[in-house]
Amino acid sequence: MNWFIYEFPKWLKKNLFNTPVNSVVSLFIISLGLKASMYILDWTFLSAVFTGDASTCRESTGFCYPFIKEKFPFIIYGFYPRELIWRPTLAMILLLSSFFYVKEPKRWNKYSLWILSSGFFLFFFLMRGGLFLEVVTNDKWGGLPLTLMLSSIGIIFSYPFGIMLALARRGNLKILKTLSITYIEMIRGVPLISILFMSSVMFPLFLPEGITIDKLLRAQVAIILFVSAYMAEVIRGGLESIDKGQYEASNSLGLSYFQTMRFIIIPQAIRVVIPPTVNTAIGMFKDTSLVLIIALFDLLNTTKSSLKDSDWLGFSVEAYVFVAIIYYVFCYAMSKYANRLEEEFGIKSR
Amino acid sequence: MNKYFQDEKIRAQIFQFLTLFMILGIFGYLFHNTQTNLEKQNIATGFGFLKFEAGFDIGESMIEYWSDDTYKKAIFVGVLNTLKVAIIGNFLAVFFGVLIGLSHLSQNWLLRKISKFYIETIRNIPLLLQLFFWYAVFTENLPGVKEAMELLPNIFLNNRGLYFPIPVDTKSFSFIFIALVISIIGFFFLEKVRVKKEILEGKSFSFFEKLNYLIFLLPVLTWFILGSPSEINYPSLSGFNFSGGYRFSPEFSALVLGLVIYTSAFNAEITRAGISSIDKGQWEAASALGISKSDSLKIIILPQALRVMLPPLTSQILNLTKNSSLAVAIGYPDFVSITNTTMNQTGQAIECVFIIMVIYLSLSILTSFVMNQFAKRFQIVER
Amino acid sequence: MSENIIEMNKINKWYDDFHVLKDVDLNVKKGEKIVICGPSGSGKSTMIRCINRLEEFQQGSLMVDGININNNIKNIEAVRKDVGMVFQHFNLFPHLTILENLTLAPTRVKRVPKEEAELMAMEYLDLVRIGDQAHKFPGQLSGGQKQRVAIARSLCMRPKVLLFDEPTSALDPEMVKEVLDVMVKLAKEGITMLCVTHEMGFAREVADRVLFMDEGRIVEENNPNDFFDNPKNERTKNFLSQIIH
Repeated sequence: MNWFIYEFPKWLKKNLFNTPVNSVVSLFIISLGLKASMYILDWTFLSAVFTGDASTCRESTGFCYPFIKEKFPFIIYGFYPRELIWRPTLAMILLLSSFFYVKEPKRWNKYSLWILSSGFFLFFFLMRGGLFLEVVTNDKWGGLPLTLMLSSIGIIFSYPFGIMLALARRGNLKILKTLSITYIEMIRGVPLISILFMSSVMFPLFLPEGITIDKLLRAQVAIILFVSAYMAEVIRGGLESIDKGQYEASNSLGLSYFQTMRFIIIPQAIRVVIPPTVNTAIGMFKDTSLVLIIALFDLLNTTKSSLKDSDWLGFSVEAYVFVAIIYYVFCYAMSKYANRLEEEFGIKSR
Repeated sequence: MNKYFQDEKIRAQIFQFLTLFMILGIFGYLFHNTQTNLEKQNIATGFGFLKFEAGFDIGESMIEYWSDDTYKKAIFVGVLNTLKVAIIGNFLAVFFGVLIGLSHLSQNWLLRKISKFYIETIRNIPLLLQLFFWYAVFTENLPGVKEAMELLPNIFLNNRGLYFPIPVDTKSFSFIFIALVISIIGFFFLEKVRVKKEILEGKSFSFFEKLNYLIFLLPVLTWFILGSPSEINYPSLSGFNFSGGYRFSPEFSALVLGLVIYTSAFNAEITRAGISSIDKGQWEAASALGISKSDSLKIIILPQALRVMLPPLTSQILNLTKNSSLAVAIGYPDFVSITNTTMNQTGQAIECVFIIMVIYLSLSILTSFVMNQFAKRFQIVER
Repeated sequence: MSENIIEMNKINKWYDDFHVLKDVDLNVKKGEKIVICGPSGSGKSTMIRCINRLEEFQQGSLMVDGININNNIKNIEAVRKDVGMVFQHFNLFPHLTILENLTLAPTRVKRVPKEEAELMAMEYLDLVRIGDQAHKFPGQLSGGQKQRVAIARSLCMRPKVLLFDEPTSALDPEMVKEVLDVMVKLAKEGITMLCVTHEMGFAREVADRVLFMDEGRIVEENNPNDFFDNPKNERTKNFLSQIIH
C-alpha cells in the first residue's frame, strides 16, 4: 500500500509521463487499450454464447463457444476414428513427455536418445496400430498429431543431412563443397510450397514403375529436404563458433580426429547449435501448415475444413482464434526454452 | 599401393569421387525412371507448352490479359502480381518494422510493452493461418456492398475489397507522381548539401532549410503545365456493386496485410537487436562530446546498427517475397498460383516446378545483390 | 589561487537500493590535476561520470565552470562542450576515419568550419604523435594508438576540464607508457584533469592531489608524496599494499 502511494506516482512520472510527447503517447495508448480490452471482454465473455447451437450463436455478436465444442475433436484429430481417439491422445502425451524429459541440458546423455526413440516408436505404434491394436492407415491421420509428427520428424531427420552438408561446405574438397553450397542456397532461395509441389507431382515420376509412396511420406521427405538446408547453416554456425585453439589444444594432447570431435568439439558445438535449432523448429512447426496446399489434413487444414459444415457456417474467426492459441502456446514455449538455453550457456561459457 | 592409401590427400580425393559417383548414380537412376514414366504417360518434355493457349481467366492483372492468351503471358501476369505484392509488402514491412523496433527501445513503458507483445504474438502464429484469418475478415465479417464502411471520405471498405478514388487522367498523374518522387529525392539531396556546407563553413543555414522545401513546388508546377487536370474518379454505389475508383481485391488486401503484419514483427526484432547490439560506450562518447541524442542516433548509432541489421533484413525481404507464394491458398493470382494452374492443366510438372525455382532463385539473387551493394557502404574497416 | 572550476556538494546516488555515492564533496581549482584511486565498485568512475552528466545523481549539487548541473538539457549540453572525457574502452566511432572522429563534434556541435576543424585535428594528432594515421579507421590501430586518438578527439572540443576513466586499464602493458606520456604532456600544459587510474608513477609525477575512494566515500585525500609514503587510513594502507609490490 505504501508502495502504491509513494513509489507508484514516481514510477508513472518516470516511465509514462517524462516528456510532453510521451504523456500524449501514453494517454493515447491507455485510451486505446481500455477500448480494446472492453471490446475483447465483451466479445469473449459478456456477449459470448456458452451453450446452444448455431442459431443461438448467430443471434449474438460474441464468441461462439458451442462451435469450438462441437468441432474440437475434428480440429484436433482430423478423420481419426472417433472411438479410437484415446490412441492419438496418448501418442501425443508420450511424444511430448519424451521431449519434455530430454529438454534439460543436464539430461543430455546416451539415455536421452533412447527416451526420444522410444517416444517416437510408441507414437507411431499408437497412431498406426498393429499387433493387438486395430490398424489405422495414415490417410486418416490428421490435426495436431500430424502437425507434431511432420515438424518433429522433419527437425530430427534433417540433422544428419545438415551435418553432412555443413561439413562438406566447410571442408576443402572442392567438388563436394560446390555441391553442398548449390544445394543449400538453392533450397533456401525457393519457397517451401515449390518443394511441396515437387513432392506431390515430381516424386511419383522419380520412382520405378509399380512403386508408389503415399502422400504423407512424400510431404515428410520434402520437409526433411527443405529443413536440411537451413539446419546445415545452423550447424555450420556452431562449428565456426569453436575457437581454432580448441583443435590445436586437443591435437597437441595427442587426441585423434575422432576423439577431438567426440570429446572436445561436438560437446561445445551442441551448446551453440541447440538454441538456433529450437528456433528452426519453431519455424518448422509453423511452416508445416503449408501441407494443406497439397491436401494433407494438418491442424490448420482440419480447422479450415471444419468451417465447411453447412450447419455451422460463418464462425471462421472463432476457429482461427482457437487454433492460433494452440500454435501460439507451442511456439511460445519453444521460444522461451531457446532463450533460457541461450542464457544458461552464455553464463557458463563466461 | 598401401602408400597411396595412407596419403591423407589422396584418401580425401578418393572419398570425394566415390561420393560424387554415388550422387551421380542416384540422379541417373531417378532421371531414367522419370523418362520411362513420362513416356508411358505420353507427356512431351520441353517448354513448347508455353506457347499454347492458357484458356483460364486471371482475377486481377496489371497488364491486359485474356483467357486466349498464351501460358507464357499468363505466367508473366503472375510474375507482375508477385512483384506488386513483394514491393508494396516489403516497403511497408520494413517501414513498420523499424518503427515498432524503435518503439521497443522507447523510454515509454507502455509503448515498449505493446511492441514486445506485438512481436512475440505475431511471430508465434503461422503466416498461413494469419492470411486465412484476414481473408475471412475481409470476405465474411466485412459489411456487404450496400452497407460498405466509409473509412475516410470516399474510401470504402466492404467484402468485395477496398475502394479509393483515383484521378481520371491517369497518364498526367503518373507524370505528377514521378515529379513528386524526384522532389522527395531532391529534397534529401539538398538537405545533405546544406549540412555539408554548414560543416564546411561552420555556419548555420536555417534559411536554406526553409528554402529547400520549395522543391515541392515541382509536382504542383507539373500539374499546372499539364493543364491542371482535376477530374477525379470516385467510387460510388451503382446497382449491386461499386463502380469507379480503384479497387484492391480482398485477396490482395488480405495477402498484403497478412504479409506486412507478420514480416514487420521480424523486422522489428531485427531493428531492436541491431540497435541494442551497439556498445553503450558509443552513445556515451557521443554525448560526452556534446552531440545531441537525435544526432547521435543518426550519425553514430544507425550507420553501425545498419551494418548488423542488413544481412537479416535481406533474408526477411527474401522471406516476404517467398511467402507471397502463399497467395495460392487464398486465391490471389500470384505467379506460383498461375504456374500451379498451368501444371494441373498441362501435366508439365517438371517444367513448371523448374520455372518456379528459376524465377524465385533469380529474384533471390537479384535482391541479395542489391542489398550487398547497399551493405558495402556500411562496412567497417578492420585490421 | 584561482576560483573553483568544479564544486561538488554532498552528492548522493543510488542504483535502485544500492547506495553508490555517499555525501561526496569535492572542489577542484582551475588547472588542478587530481588522481582518484580505490578498489573496483568504490564509485570512482560513477563520480567522474556525474561531472559530465553521463550519470544522474539524486541528491546534492554540482557546479561546473559556473553552470549548475540539473535536469535542464541546455545546461547539460553546455557543460558537455566544456568537459572532455577519455574512456577505458576508447569508444572511438568505428565507421568513421580517425580524422572524421576528431572533426565530428567540433563541426556539428561548435560549428567550426571544416577546414579549420581539420587543421586543429591534425595539430592534436601531431601532439599525440599519430598525425600519419589520420585517414585510417580505428579498427586498423593498436590499443595505445586508439587511446591517443581518443585523447586527441576530446581535446578538439578545447575542453576546460578533461576526465579520464581508467584510460590505461584496457591496454597491453607495452602500450601504457605511450598513453601516459601524452597525459603527462597535457598535464604540463595546464589543463584541469581528473583521472581515475592506478598508475602510481603517473600520480606522483603530475597529481596535485590524490583521492582514495571506498564504498562510495572519499576516504582520504592528500598530496601524492604523503598519500603514498604515509597513508593515514587503514583501508588506504591495505589498498596500497595490494597494488604496490
